Amino acid sequence: MALLDKPRRAALLDPLLRNNPIALQMLGICSALAVTTRLDKALVMSLSLTLVAAFSSLAVSLLRRHTPSSVRIIVQLAIISSLVIVVDQVLKAYLYEISLELSVFVGLIITNCIVLGRTEGFAMQNPPLTSFIDGIGNGLGYSLVLATVGFIREFVGTGAVFGRQVLPLAGEGGWYQPNSMFLLAPAAFFIIAVMIWLLRTARPEQQERE
Amino acid sequence: MKTDSPAYTLAFTAAVCVACSLLVAGSNVLLRERQEENRRLYLQKNVLQASGLVAPGRTIPDREAREIFSQRVEPRLVDLRSGEYVRGMDPRRFDQRRARGDPAQSREAAPNPASVRRIPNVALVYLVTGEAGARQVVIPVEGLGLYGTLYGYLALERDTTTIRGLSFYENRETPGLGGEVDNPKWKALWDGRRAYDENWKPRITLVKGQAGPPQRDPYRVDAIAGATMTSNGVSRLLQFWLDEQGFGPYLRRLRERGGP
Repeated sequence: MALLDKPRRAALLDPLLRNNPIALQMLGICSALAVTTRLDKALVMSLSLTLVAAFSSLAVSLLRRHTPSSVRIIVQLAIISSLVIVVDQVLKAYLYEISLELSVFVGLIITNCIVLGRTEGFAMQNPPLTSFIDGIGNGLGYSLVLATVGFIREFVGTGAVFGRQVLPLAGEGGWYQPNSMFLLAPAAFFIIAVMIWLLRTARPEQQERE
Repeated sequence: MKTDSPAYTLAFTAAVCVACSLLVAGSNVLLRERQEENRRLYLQKNVLQASGLVAPGRTIPDREAREIFSQRVEPRLVDLRSGEYVRGMDPRRFDQRRARGDPAQSREAAPNPASVRRIPNVALVYLVTGEAGARQVVIPVEGLGLYGTLYGYLALERDTTTIRGLSFYENRETPGLGGEVDNPKWKALWDGRRAYDENWKPRITLVKGQAGPPQRDPYRVDAIAGATMTSNGVSRLLQFWLDEQGFGPYLRRLRERGGP
């Protein structure tokens, strides 16, 4: 069996555009609003979520035949929350200042519906490696949206990319008047809505029937 | 054994819990030292920013921050009640927040507008040598904003009233509104203001609208737009820590001795 046979390739690539966790499944919107004011924050959050989703899917899948169904959700939550704490500890040790800014949102990965949705909806029925890849795929789908939103918000809101000034600001002798509305949470709603609109125009099969 | 029998379920969950706690505890033990080092360095960077040795908003590499801090900054412990330096304790090992929470090392504050509940008996201050050899003193301040406690540093010149800078290293205010206490432009407004009036009563306060330049309007700083509660909190906490329950006695000693 090849490392990336057909179902695994689907598990990896489908969540990017065909079945994006944020744009189609409407999961994980909360953190997509909160941590996307800057691109670096959005990427660190994306990486954290991808790691948690991948490894919790792997662990849940490994245990899936041994888990009593009456306690399966709480077992999944125990695994997810332990991994989230580990990720949070690693961020505090290696990316301290970003971890301060992400504050509660890393901890809130525990309640991010993408992770629990994939462990309960996919990893409980699929073999470990496929589940692991599915976790990565969904993490990447989430990351794609977060990075796009983070880029737009930082660029329009401050004229910078990765904290580096790209457009000279009017306040400092340049010409660019930053639009601070993009730094507020509602802007993320609008950007995500426009992305969903574009995606559903390009892929009409994602449109809901009336 | 059937996987849905109560005994199996109990044993299984217990095993999962043990494995998870080992993972969590292990990561904490392995990374704790690095995290504490990060925290120390982060506080040091904030002391440097408050004192103006590093311009507000500028980020510097960790190594440079450590170097400047060790060359120019001397941490000292102060007995808040008497205002005297404390000898025989290592300032590098002192954790003021832990001391404040420990009933043996702190006391209850008299009711105050800044909502400070407990005061540590001993506080950690930093004596800073500026560019031209000018001495400054950096004092820690804390108090309630809108959603939580603001923690920061206030840097004063050797006359103990001219403010060099103010830097909050922890706040829970709304990003974009109260969170603007982190805005470098707002921080820059503090340089040159005066903390005390002629009778050495704390006077510095935030006002709505625009305060004049420091020479003409020394006791006032622009409040943060859209963040009245946070701004009031900042005024109150500064006045509290500059007053008798806070660093008042210590700063008076410094003046009597002719500066830090």
